[in-house]
Amino acid sequence: MLAFIARRLFQSVIVMLVVAFIAFLVFRYVGDPLANLLSQDANQADYDAARQRLGLDQPFYIQFFHFVGNALQGQFGTSYRLQQPVSQLILERLPATIELAVASSIIALIGGVGLGIYSALRPRAISTGFIMTASLIGVSLPTFLIGIGLIYIFAVELKWLPSFGRGEVVQIGWWRTGLLTSSGLRSLILPAITLSLFQLTLIMRLVRAEMLEVMRTDYIRFAKARGLSKRAINFGHALKNTMVPVITITGLQLGSVIAFAIITETVFQWPGVGSLFVNSVAAVDVPVMAAYLVFVALVFVVINLIVDILYFIVDPRLRDGAKSGR
Amino acid sequence: MSDLPQTTAAPVVVPKTSRWKMFLRSDIVWSYRHSPITIVASIVALLLVLMAIFAPWLAPYNPFNPATLNLMDGFTPPNSTSFAGNYFALGSDSQGRDVLSTIMYGLRVSLFVGLMATLFAMVLGVSLGLVAGYVGGALDAVIMRIADVQLSFPAILIALLIFGIARGIIPPNQQEGAAVWVLIIAIGLANWAQFARTVRGATMVERQKDYVAAARILGVNPFIVLLRHVLPNVTGPVLVIGTIGLALAIIEEATLSFLGVGVPPTQPSLGTLIRIGQQFLFSGEWWILLFPAITLVLLALSVNLLGDWLRDALNPKLR
Amino acid sequence: MTEPVLSIKDLVVEFPFRDDVFRAVDGVSFDIMPGEVVGVVGESGAGKSMTGSAVIGLIDRPGHIAGGEIRLKGERIDNLPEAARAKLRGKRIGMVFQDPLTSLNPLYTVGDQLVETIRTHLPVSEAEARQKAIDLLAEAGIPKAAERIDSYPHQFSGGMRQRVVIALAIAAGPELIVADEPTSALDVSVQAQIIKVLKKLCTNHGAAVMLITHDMGVIAQTADRMVVMHQGKVVETGTVGDIIRRPREPYTIKLINSIPTIERKDGAATPAPAANDDGAYVQVKKLVKDYEIGGGGFLKLMPGKVEVFRAVNEVSFSIEKGKTFGLVGESGSGKSTCAKMIVGLVRPTSGQITVDGHDIWASGAGHQERRKRVQMIFQDPYASLNPRWRVADIIAEPMRTLGIARNRGEVDDRVAELLRRVRLDPVVMRKFPHEFSGGQRQRVAIARALSSQPEFIVCDEPTSALDVSVQAQVLDLMSELQAEFGLTYLLISHNLAVVRQMSSSVGVLHNGVLVENGPTDAIFDNPQADYTRMLLDAVPDISKVA
Repeated sequence: MLAFIARRLFQSVIVMLVVAFIAFLVFRYVGDPLANLLSQDANQADYDAARQRLGLDQPFYIQFFHFVGNALQGQFGTSYRLQQPVSQLILERLPATIELAVASSIIALIGGVGLGIYSALRPRAISTGFIMTASLIGVSLPTFLIGIGLIYIFAVELKWLPSFGRGEVVQIGWWRTGLLTSSGLRSLILPAITLSLFQLTLIMRLVRAEMLEVMRTDYIRFAKARGLSKRAINFGHALKNTMVPVITITGLQLGSVIAFAIITETVFQWPGVGSLFVNSVAAVDVPVMAAYLVFVALVFVVINLIVDILYFIVDPRLRDGAKSGR
Repeated sequence: MSDLPQTTAAPVVVPKTSRWKMFLRSDIVWSYRHSPITIVASIVALLLVLMAIFAPWLAPYNPFNPATLNLMDGFTPPNSTSFAGNYFALGSDSQGRDVLSTIMYGLRVSLFVGLMATLFAMVLGVSLGLVAGYVGGALDAVIMRIADVQLSFPAILIALLIFGIARGIIPPNQQEGAAVWVLIIAIGLANWAQFARTVRGATMVERQKDYVAAARILGVNPFIVLLRHVLPNVTGPVLVIGTIGLALAIIEEATLSFLGVGVPPTQPSLGTLIRIGQQFLFSGEWWILLFPAITLVLLALSVNLLGDWLRDALNPKLR
Repeated sequence: MTEPVLSIKDLVVEFPFRDDVFRAVDGVSFDIMPGEVVGVVGESGAGKSMTGSAVIGLIDRPGHIAGGEIRLKGERIDNLPEAARAKLRGKRIGMVFQDPLTSLNPLYTVGDQLVETIRTHLPVSEAEARQKAIDLLAEAGIPKAAERIDSYPHQFSGGMRQRVVIALAIAAGPELIVADEPTSALDVSVQAQIIKVLKKLCTNHGAAVMLITHDMGVIAQTADRMVVMHQGKVVETGTVGDIIRRPREPYTIKLINSIPTIERKDGAATPAPAANDDGAYVQVKKLVKDYEIGGGGFLKLMPGKVEVFRAVNEVSFSIEKGKTFGLVGESGSGKSTCAKMIVGLVRPTSGQITVDGHDIWASGAGHQERRKRVQMIFQDPYASLNPRWRVADIIAEPMRTLGIARNRGEVDDRVAELLRRVRLDPVVMRKFPHEFSGGQRQRVAIARALSSQPEFIVCDEPTSALDVSVQAQVLDLMSELQAEFGLTYLLISHNLAVVRQMSSSVGVLHNGVLVENGPTDAIFDNPQADYTRMLLDAVPDISKVA
């Protein structure tokens, strides 16, 4: 077990280094870092001074080394657009994104797994046909259209819920939460639903496909031949076996919610990391782009590790180390 | 079912079965004919494609000719005539452009970007997948690791990033001309991994099969084996992924354009039109947003329906 | 007269298929008496498995029982609602499936699955159920059952898993066990043990057995009575001894005649005594293949221990020109690895293979010689023909690759000639493989092998995917072609009877080691190695009918 986790950790570090390298290349070579720092009428001497100050005259690998060193301390330089430290910008906006992502993950997970099981157990029911058609419409509807539609119905026409922003927030330490006020919670509803719908559809279709696959296996047939109850077969045997592949993909899907929040945040003017990123791309604000890339990769790597450990707990074949890796 | 009656080499006289006849008798055609929703979806998709191709001839107005634009036509509701006396079936926008015509031209841009990006992703993904699956070893490990990492990031993020990088690299005066190609490359690079993973899996199954071994015993060049033996046998899944990928690429293009980082406003796609329309939604001019949005969803949905049907038709056991 | 446990009358099972209906079972009737073992035998598509599924009530959609009745102890069960049928399963009718590797849920321990089954059907406590589970496992011949009960299925071998499956089927004391090809996925030596376990457990617990199999040998050794099925219908019913010795129906007669036996065939040519080894056409000398195991990925980069698994260990034999050498072994014996090294698919770790004096693994010339002289026929005719190619292109590929014939007319003429040689009509060259039956495909595969005009053909289990009657035809064809073209064969098979009928000399491979090697009759009639003796004893053969 320890060896397995150690190997996964090692792989994670490599992934992070690769991503950091890409981020570094973006940071260093996209646009001219100096042009953004110095005023229009700076002369050659100013340039040289700035180069030296920023360490841009040093060899490539030393610059990368410094970049990684700074990144480990959470330092990604100063935003060209907002003229503030990138780490501070991200940290300020992180709570908003995390609250949104967690809320929509919960909706996606519960809804997706529930509907997936239901439609797999009743493959021929009319309700299943309805769910499957709805899910297809779900993947065909771009997230931003869902958001606009929800805003139009619930904010503009019905006026039940706010159409943008986080509502009132409460400061707890450095964390600014919207979960403790009623206006904050009301503001969360529409964006969370918008963000969850796509993942919900994916998880649902995945759970359904996997479960149908499991229901066709010999051991389910044999379980039926042993006379086990329908309940024991469906929820004891089929569900547990379905969960093995579902855990992986679901975990990764939920990891991507954070990055996926870009669109939702833009539509709802949600003050999170995603909208910061979109604005940075439009303005070619390279330090923010690089930092965001590293941040998303970190989320991915952490979730991947958790998924691997869960996998380990569920599947005894892995525990024996008979098959390492997937 | 049984082998018994036929094995005595009975001279069954069978005329040459053409590929076309085989196709007509195949499961695919049968399942197509028995799926009304697929027939509807394919007709809708075909109509939209025709509308896009023949936009310059079909569109009632040329919305991008400044000479014909008239602010007096602005904000005309659907199915009515403007102050300037022009009729607009689906209404007009703030600058007096005909919504129906902008949709037709927008469809052209959306479909072009979607198709090209999917084609690019397909060629890249299928080649890498074939090589990874057939060669195996370290090369396979490297390619698949990259695909894994990339697959765990949403395509939209990758596309945004590539787009941002391209904007930093390309000189500002060339950006507008290059925007469509940058978009195609960004979306294509964001979607190749799905193809690579599927093709690699299918290739690994096929290369274990004895018909590949038979070719290898003969010493057939591995490249030929891959191209003539393996590739034809992995086209099924590629087609499915390609169709679903096309729907995804269209949605991604719309999303990027909606976020304001896609095609330039002089060449609006459906996403751009929705972005423009959103500004007028709350002031009551709903048609500027609604009709492009419906077109986009119809396009994505009909392509998705086709992909869904294709997957079931090629995998009879899933029915 | 006692009442039968199971009574099937005029059973019809139908599958609606596109526009027409396929009758998988068509008016089948037979009875099974208490404690009796009844074999249901037939080739693929005979409807025997479907009859078993109908009895246990697990026909896959869209199939359904369209007529007739099934009675369990006189009580009609085929028309019961699903809930009531489910109550019979496990409790009164148990089932054993073919593949033990997939019959058990991989995520639960063997004990969990047993206890779950026992407690579903019997009013016992957890502890009592566990004790019963241990007893059952011990009875099924699992050593140290009390310890092994908490193991997961993947920690057992295939044979052991099938014992667990049998224990599970019998756990709630059913009156009838339906065993669908219970030994077909297992090696010969394990097969015999599993049959014994199945028989013993059913006798001990008073269960009758419906034994579904394609293997007449298994029935001969196990069953009291047998039912011969063909294309959904019962052809003949009777005691095993009667049917095997005095079959009445033409189909049964043909079937029994096509079964190869390990007894010596009358009139078979006695091979010439092995001549000087050095003059042999094919020589295999000290062939070794090692595989590195464990530590995949980047762990490989770390220095230190690399565990090596020796799949083939210093195997040497030789084959005379125009003769057949039979290589016998169970799964994992290394026989397929040997074949792959000889045809050039897998590079040997060490050792030498020469064909007509050319070292086939020598670079350059050796490679060219091998391509020209060596060909292979594979086990699965469904996988060995590219489904996207026409038969003409499949057969022409070797000639085109080796430049034997280039222009279109010449290639077509040669393909037509080859098809005639394998007794197929040349017009089929425009067809695709899926339009053929298994036996016909194997003929196409043979035609492809002959296309490069080879002198030596490696046949890897050429008939084990085929039905017995088809097997006989393909083997006859192979013999005829050998005589016609003076071919040399290496015949690799797990089927001792096939090897006995076809080869002039035999090698027995066990765990990568050639334990015995010599003229066929000498080895079959007077085996020296313990392993060979055990193997010969274990073979289910119709000549061994009680």
